[in-house]
This record gives sequence, structure tokens and C-alpha cells, in this order.
Amino acid sequence: MPLVAVTAAPLDLQALTAEVARDASGDGAIAAFTGLVRDHNQGRAVKFLEYEAYEPLAVKALERIVNEARAAWPATRLAVHHRIGRLEIGEASVIIVAASPHRGDAFAACRYTIERVKQIVPIWKHEHFDGGEVWLEGATADPDDEEARRAAHRIACA
Amino acid sequence: MRVTVRLFARLRDLAGSGELVRDVEGPATVKTVWDSLVADVPALVEYERTMSVAVNAEYARMAAAVKDGDEVAFLPPVSGG
Repeated sequence: MPLVAVTAAPLDLQALTAEVARDASGDGAIAAFTGLVRDHNQGRAVKFLEYEAYEPLAVKALERIVNEARAAWPATRLAVHHRIGRLEIGEASVIIVAASPHRGDAFAACRYTIERVKQIVPIWKHEHFDGGEVWLEGATADPDDEEARRAAHRIACA
Repeated sequence: MRVTVRLFARLRDLAGSGELVRDVEGPATVKTVWDSLVADVPALVEYERTMSVAVNAEYARMAAAVKDGDEVAFLPPVSGG
């Protein structure tokens, strides 16, 4: 199983955790994050989401984030899978697993990764809600924006 | 010269297609391609200051050179996670 993936298949946290934990003898902690499709957003009743990606660039951006996290927390191993296509309420849209000798680094690497995903990975949510649909637009993706990267790091270490 | 343009999310909806083949005069930059696109689909211009661009699936700048056969992508603000 690849450590980084953009896939239309349902995400498997157990399998990804097993993959990261394969060389875990020096690790003291594994932290995991799962992002879920929520039934409400900005006052709208959400019916389902459709995720779209520019796949080759999305994979490269995820790999870049993994490398950034490794540089920040050198003993940490990280995996991240993002789902695309139609997702129902309660389904997992993204899973992140971080293994580290110390829990603090594992938690921080997880948090850093989801913050960076929201900043620089070319993936979009098309929200279908009661009464209409809308493309959600968050951050202007710029991997070289050091200010954004530092902000993600600050949140991760808060 | 001929380039492939990729559009995503609302940009794709506005243009009516996620993949277009465009002929532009060389030497060209990403901006040349964008301007030719906006001439045909004026509604796209609202994204000029908030979008990101990529050439051959690598992030790039508007001033980046574009060659015959390149894939040029225009990306609205992202909302993954």
C-alpha cells in the first residue's frame, strides 16, 4: 500500500496504520487523523460531497507535505490518503497516520499534514445541499508561501 | 503552437469543459494562454487573482514559459480535507 494516495476507493485506516506500523519497533506512538463528511456547513444541510482532484499534482503536493513533516519531525513516518468522487455523510475523506518515538511529534505531524492539505493540495469539494450546490473555495494554493507553511507549523505545535 | 488546458471545479463549470486544446502564438507564457481563454470565457476573469497555475502538473507562475505540447492547468482556491 502506498504511503501517499489520491483514490476513489473507500479509505482504510486500519490497513494504512498497519503499513506505517510495519517498522515501528523504535516508535512510542502512532497518531491518526480522519476527516469526515459532515451533514451541515455554513448553515446549509449537506446531502453529500463530490471531491475533484488534479490527481498528478495532488499526489506530488501530498508527497511534498510528507517531506516537509519529515524535515520538521525527523524521526516521524507519515502516510496520507485522500479520497475523491462522491462521498456520503459520515464517510472518511482523508486519513493521516504518523508514527514517532514520541507522541508529541506524532500528534504534531498529523495536525501539520491536515493543515497543509487544506493549503496546497489541488482538491475541491462540490457541496450538494438542500436547495442547491456550490463549489467550496478555501486557500489559494502556493507551496512556496512560507508564511502559510509557518502558520501550519504553529498550529501543529500549539 | 498547441497546448492542452485543464480546468477544475468552478473554472471547469464556467468554461463548460475540463480539458481544452488551444492554439496560441509563441513565444507564450501561462499568462498568454490565460488571456486567450478569458477572451472566450470572460467570466473566468474573477479568478485571475485567486487561482493557482501549473505547467505539466507542477505548480508554476503566470510568467512561466509554455512550450508546444504543454499541459497548462488553472486551479481555483483549493478545498480538500
